[in-house]
Amino acid sequence: MITFVPRDKVSKNWTIIGPILSIFLTVFFGLLIFTFLGYNPLETLYQVFLSPFSRIDRISDIFVKACPLVIVGIGLMLCFRANVWNIGAEGQFIMGTLLAGSFALLFPSVETKFFIFIMMVIGFIGGALWAFIPAILKTKLNVNEILVSLMLVYVAMLFIDFIVRGPLRDPMSFGFPLSKPYPDGAIINKIPFPGIGYLGQLHYGILLILLLIPISWLFVNKTLSGFKINVLGSAPKAAKFAGFKQNTITITVLLISGGLAGVAGVIEVSANIGQLQPEVSFGYGFTAIIVAFLGRLNPIGILFAGIIIATVKLGADNAQMSMGIPKVVTGLFEGILLFFLLTGETLQKYKIKWLKDT
Amino acid sequence: MLKFCMRIFSLFALSASVLFFMFNSAFAGNPTKVGFVYLTTPGDHGWTYAHELGKQMVEKRFGSDVKVSVVENVPEGPDATRVIRELAKQGNEIIFTTSFGYMEPTLKVAKEFPNVKFEHITGYKRSKNVATGNIRFYEGRYIQGVVAGLMTKTNKIGYIGAYPIAEVIMGINSFAQGLRSVNKDASISVIWANTWYDPVKEADAAKVHIAEGADILAQHTDSPAMLQIAEKKGALGFGQSTDMSAFAPKAQLFASINNWGPYYIRKIEELKTGKWNTGDGPDHWAGNDWGGIKAEMLLISKFQNMPDSVAKKAQEALDGIKSGKINIFAGPLVDNTGKEIIPAGKSLDDGALWGMNYYLKGVNGKVPG
Amino acid sequence: MDALMLTIIATSIPLLLAATGELITEKSGVLNLGVEGMMLSGAVGALGAVLWLENPYFGIIAGGLCGVLMASIFSIFTINFMTNQVATGLGLTIFATGLTGLAGAPLVGKTVPSLPKIEIFLLSDIPFIGEILFKQDFIAYLSVAIIILITYFLKYSKSGIVLRAVGDDHQSAHSVGYPVKKIRWYAACFGGMCAGIGGAYIPLVLTPHWSEGMTAGRGWIALALVVFASWIPWRIIVGALIFGGITIAQLVGQARGWPIPSQILSMMPYLATIVALTMISGRISKSNSVVPASLGKPFFDTQ
Repeated sequence: MITFVPRDKVSKNWTIIGPILSIFLTVFFGLLIFTFLGYNPLETLYQVFLSPFSRIDRISDIFVKACPLVIVGIGLMLCFRANVWNIGAEGQFIMGTLLAGSFALLFPSVETKFFIFIMMVIGFIGGALWAFIPAILKTKLNVNEILVSLMLVYVAMLFIDFIVRGPLRDPMSFGFPLSKPYPDGAIINKIPFPGIGYLGQLHYGILLILLLIPISWLFVNKTLSGFKINVLGSAPKAAKFAGFKQNTITITVLLISGGLAGVAGVIEVSANIGQLQPEVSFGYGFTAIIVAFLGRLNPIGILFAGIIIATVKLGADNAQMSMGIPKVVTGLFEGILLFFLLTGETLQKYKIKWLKDT
Repeated sequence: MLKFCMRIFSLFALSASVLFFMFNSAFAGNPTKVGFVYLTTPGDHGWTYAHELGKQMVEKRFGSDVKVSVVENVPEGPDATRVIRELAKQGNEIIFTTSFGYMEPTLKVAKEFPNVKFEHITGYKRSKNVATGNIRFYEGRYIQGVVAGLMTKTNKIGYIGAYPIAEVIMGINSFAQGLRSVNKDASISVIWANTWYDPVKEADAAKVHIAEGADILAQHTDSPAMLQIAEKKGALGFGQSTDMSAFAPKAQLFASINNWGPYYIRKIEELKTGKWNTGDGPDHWAGNDWGGIKAEMLLISKFQNMPDSVAKKAQEALDGIKSGKINIFAGPLVDNTGKEIIPAGKSLDDGALWGMNYYLKGVNGKVPG
Repeated sequence: MDALMLTIIATSIPLLLAATGELITEKSGVLNLGVEGMMLSGAVGALGAVLWLENPYFGIIAGGLCGVLMASIFSIFTINFMTNQVATGLGLTIFATGLTGLAGAPLVGKTVPSLPKIEIFLLSDIPFIGEILFKQDFIAYLSVAIIILITYFLKYSKSGIVLRAVGDDHQSAHSVGYPVKKIRWYAACFGGMCAGIGGAYIPLVLTPHWSEGMTAGRGWIALALVVFASWIPWRIIVGALIFGGITIAQLVGQARGWPIPSQILSMMPYLATIVALTMISGRISKSNSVVPASLGKPFFDTQ
């Protein structure tokens, strides 16, 4: 029989071993499941984990895919650190995109790329407003934010659907649910590399990550607000005792995470789609939850987690192209990986002890 | 620890490169490489399955002269761009993208690969190397309307639409024209499922239609759920995209079948002989390969579960459309609020069909949006 | 009218079952957000079993077992390894969505016989009510039976009181000598079984198909229902009927040509959940006894 004994302090070793071991265990269980379901396990493994690295443009596409996941994940990190369970980032992503996109469509001839920054601000506001609903209900009326933020995802999906099929539909689209194309100023360009040209879809929006990660790292590790968030999450009683304004913190983290989800939406659509359509998010908001946890609620970890998840997603596409495996398998890997990582977290705090059966 | 990781990684890299070479050496000879992008897994009914059947016809016709690759389950958006580019990179010479939402991704990739031919299904934007193809689905719906008008006892028809887009609306209006050509008392109620494929929702919508008194159901969504409910509750209905009589042997009156094979084969042949073109014409729709019953891109399955007299009328409608004797949208046309759309002696052209955002007489309610 | 009522009831039953199971799980102090995943696995398991054994009743058993299997995965991690319940539950849903998509791929397009209706002698002849209440399928009767049993169990049985004690204060329950982990395991597995059967109801009765993610958010509504019912079993019936009613009402509204955009009508069940949560939240915060006090907190067993 196994039991756990608390450690005196958090184990440094397990902080490193945990994630690595989790990845290996995930691969192992993935192999088992694939063998069981009758797919060639080694080939699957190659396709899912390694094929995305097989060409330089594929590698750059990993970053493109990781970009929205990391941005949303950073916002969620703040929430989860404060023990606020925003699982509606998908909806905030959509509403941010919608608000910024509607704004962009008001200026059909704008060309200056400075415009994209205004759109990001508006996207931030849109996402933050959508997150404000669970925030205010949670702080004023003690309504469970998990359920409210989640229900608002479905509302947002239907809302953008309604807008794009109705008021914002391009009259030239023959009834198809597409808005007019964004003006030039609202498009994020791909990065040209001298002598090579473009690498996959690699675009300037990626640069935001480079900015966001150090800033968020400093915020959570070096500022008083970051400290307060940590305390509220890990020791709510102490936070109360110290006189932290719990409601203010809750609202702030929800607004920031909603806002970042909105910004991620603006970047994703401006770089990759270039107009509003009924589907803009493709589950980024939900996947980012996993990314935040895989990254152990830590900005650098989230960057790596985003890359891992993006790799698996692209790899699953390849696996489907070459082997016909349904690409929902990504969920399988994400789920298993999350289970083991969370267990690793327990092992940071507790020692395993083997008990003889009595 | 680090050393260990490196060792594992090099092991992976080794097996990776071995596998990679195995793939590359797999094909020899010089067949035409053809790519298909599917919205869902084909299953055995509905939209994507119809494309799958078309693909199979291509393989049967050309044998080892073609090498077909298919990607299933590609959502409409950035993923599509990547998948289409991947297919182009793998050396496919012609790529069929089989859903409306692939329009922009197809155009985007086409710009990067000027030597690859692209065929976008159901879209309306073309470029130098992007052609578009579509089927006149509405022609089958006229015949459905005729059968429904003759078979209904309650004079209530339940229609399940996916989304209120021109393509679906022209189908409803065509159905209404067929319906009113034989039965002026019957009318159509529409429920929008807001999805192409959600068996539970489609089943719920069918149940509601029946509870509201409809005895004939029609659908412009993709699953056989509606027909199965009809079968269970003793109502009748029409199959979508493929023959669905296996799901509802007692309820399916007939199905309009999408027949993509001949189109695919023609376009690949054109490519092989250097005659491939995008058919650009002066009118926006003139260059669109938009074939219906006459072009055999739309087939009508066996008429069943109906008396011979009705089947005869249905056959007449089918023949009439084929010969051009029946012009479905010929004036005078009046919408369901009484507003004249087009006077007698004229008829709607293709462009006007794609601008439809109203219901014709015989349909209840109002087009949403 | 009775046809509409029947449709509403049929729509409600998966919600009812899943919510009832989750209620028991939560009463023991475990918050399992993986209901959606357990329902999906129940649906795919039921469909697979019926295709294989050609008897819809095996679908119920298989659905229940698949739900239990998923709940066991959840329990190993949250109860034994003390992982975060919210994250693990989300992980379970994502995991199950992937697994069922993979396992269900060969089932796409296959169709199965539906669960037969069982007429209850004489009672089914009562006009209106008989048609609605006494001509149902086995799962419908089962779900009502489960609600009645659970009401009795929580209120009057000793085990029920122990269960509530574990959920309210696991440390005290442990010090009195109750096996907290074991009880939570049972409760979570019961929740999994109910969710699995609820999921099985979708292919067995509603529409005999498999499609990826076919539960379409019902698991999440079931979670909301538990809160909506403020952890009182019979209220789940009311809540489930309201939600089923709204789902059907938006379709009826369209068929009758109510001048409201369909998307807005489709939003109604979700908005209603938020409104309901808001309305009852005031009451919950006043009387703490409603919410299991240890809900969502891992239990560390000092041996």
